[in-house]
Amino acid sequence: MATPMAKRLTREEVAHVALLARLVVTEAELDMFTGQLADILEHANDVEALDVSGVDAMAHPLRLRNVFRDDVIEPTLDRDEVLSQAPAAEDGRFRVPRILGEAP
Amino acid sequence: MSPTPSTAVDIAAAVRAGDVSAAEVVETHLAAIDAREAELHACNAVLADQARAAATRIDAARAAGETLGPLAGVPVALKDNMCTRGIPTTCSSKILEGWRPPYDATVVTKLQEAGAIVIAKTNLDEFAMGSSTENSAFGPTKNPHDITKVPGGSSGGSAVAVAAGFAPIALGSDTGGSIRQPAALCGVVGLKPTYGAVSRYGLVAFASSLDQIGPFAGTVADAAATYNVIAGHDRRDSTSYMEPLTPISEADLAGDVSGMRVGIISELLGEGIADDVKRRLTEAADALSAAGAKVEETSVPACIYGLSAYYLIAPAEASSNLARYDGVRYGLRVDADNITGMYTATRSAGFGPEVKRRIMLGTYALSAGYYDAYYGKALKVRSLIARDFATAYEKFDVLLSPTAPTTAFGFGAKTDNPLAMYLSDVCTIPSNLCGDPAISVPFGTGDDGLPVGVQVLAPALGEPALFRVAAALEGSAP
Repeated sequence: MATPMAKRLTREEVAHVALLARLVVTEAELDMFTGQLADILEHANDVEALDVSGVDAMAHPLRLRNVFRDDVIEPTLDRDEVLSQAPAAEDGRFRVPRILGEAP
Repeated sequence: MSPTPSTAVDIAAAVRAGDVSAAEVVETHLAAIDAREAELHACNAVLADQARAAATRIDAARAAGETLGPLAGVPVALKDNMCTRGIPTTCSSKILEGWRPPYDATVVTKLQEAGAIVIAKTNLDEFAMGSSTENSAFGPTKNPHDITKVPGGSSGGSAVAVAAGFAPIALGSDTGGSIRQPAALCGVVGLKPTYGAVSRYGLVAFASSLDQIGPFAGTVADAAATYNVIAGHDRRDSTSYMEPLTPISEADLAGDVSGMRVGIISELLGEGIADDVKRRLTEAADALSAAGAKVEETSVPACIYGLSAYYLIAPAEASSNLARYDGVRYGLRVDADNITGMYTATRSAGFGPEVKRRIMLGTYALSAGYYDAYYGKALKVRSLIARDFATAYEKFDVLLSPTAPTTAFGFGAKTDNPLAMYLSDVCTIPSNLCGDPAISVPFGTGDDGLPVGVQVLAPALGEPALFRVAAALEGSAP
């Protein structure tokens, strides 16, 4: 059965991935990235030879466990100090461009 | 007053004893920076005023009879991906240029509590993505042994800061070799601690299941002293070990390796490793053998798949971690008339090519239809690698390999071929995938006269054994 790894990455796929990642790439960049990313993915294909049936996925080196603390109010980051580093702020909040439709 | 000693351990002892003032120590190191920084570009910022103020506080504390910490008066350089309150933290990226964090990273607080003085923020490959420091948005760092060569990366600035005497110790971060590889190329000691041994609160995240902070130092003892200060649980990092960690002792640093079982990883001695690097590794193995260790070659079969697994896992995690740079809360914003346009314009202007490449690679590896074949498979390969290392550690206390396949390479040699650049990390990546500690120790030079590093690897929390072998290597290095 052909796996997704068997076919070489296309220019159209790279353009789609850029859109998903909220990046604009020029035509020239698209050519460059397509070749480079396809080479990297082809190198990664060497893992295809490995039998991983019955092997668990390892997302993290640690045995995860819940971490608890008492529900006590503590100092947090200073709001004004945080907002002073934002590109735009207003009334104690981050200011962003319009999100929904046209303004009334 | 005596002249400023050159190691962190000696500086702290001299400052505590009153043989030298912290102010003098800082001036000596600022002069070293002044002499070579223009040529080397190790620093994104030199914090002369802050360092002088900190030195004044330490000297006043001593005059008042207060007990000084283990790193009293010791200048430290910080990779510029660690948050310093009110001091720009850029990750060498245009997207964070000028950002002043509202808090300190835990490692910064711990160093300062121990008396260390932050003297510089150092250059790196943008967001720690690279192996040469050429991906910095602010220009490359030069290798102090030959300024036509790269210092390695991504923590190239920190490696150079120590190698050039800007500071006796520095911190870097290591996701796939970013402390150990530049340490090797610059001829200094570099440690990637066990995953979870050092808090990452305030470290700007690249790949969260791999990132670890660790020290650079001119000597094994200085690396140990720094590790002892920064290691330990932090309630602000839930991935840090809860259990107390064993500090590195004087006994460990005596470097007695008699009876230790040392395995040389066969898979990391093959194709792609330069002959001069292999020769130094053989000499290092012989030196350990002569010191009483039982040294033999051993196979860690899945090791060779580390690079492939890493270059799917790390970009996948990066694509998620770097989604936060959207022009809303910090850093750069490029305005547009709607929010998606603003996100896209900001990210396209703010990220450099390598960061874009990795974000796209990761987004692809995680996307519908490819997730199982790429990311899912890589995580299973990661299990195989961890299993093979665990098997090796049933027979060996530590493992040995080159740190980097070659000595320092020239600027531009690998910038057009990302895959060739990634191969620089083939020996260092497995430890990150497993979460195990590893250290690079300078061991002579290659045919070109540039430094070679030998890597010692140990199982999780095996730092004491690691330092024991590192000290032995340091003592027998040519």
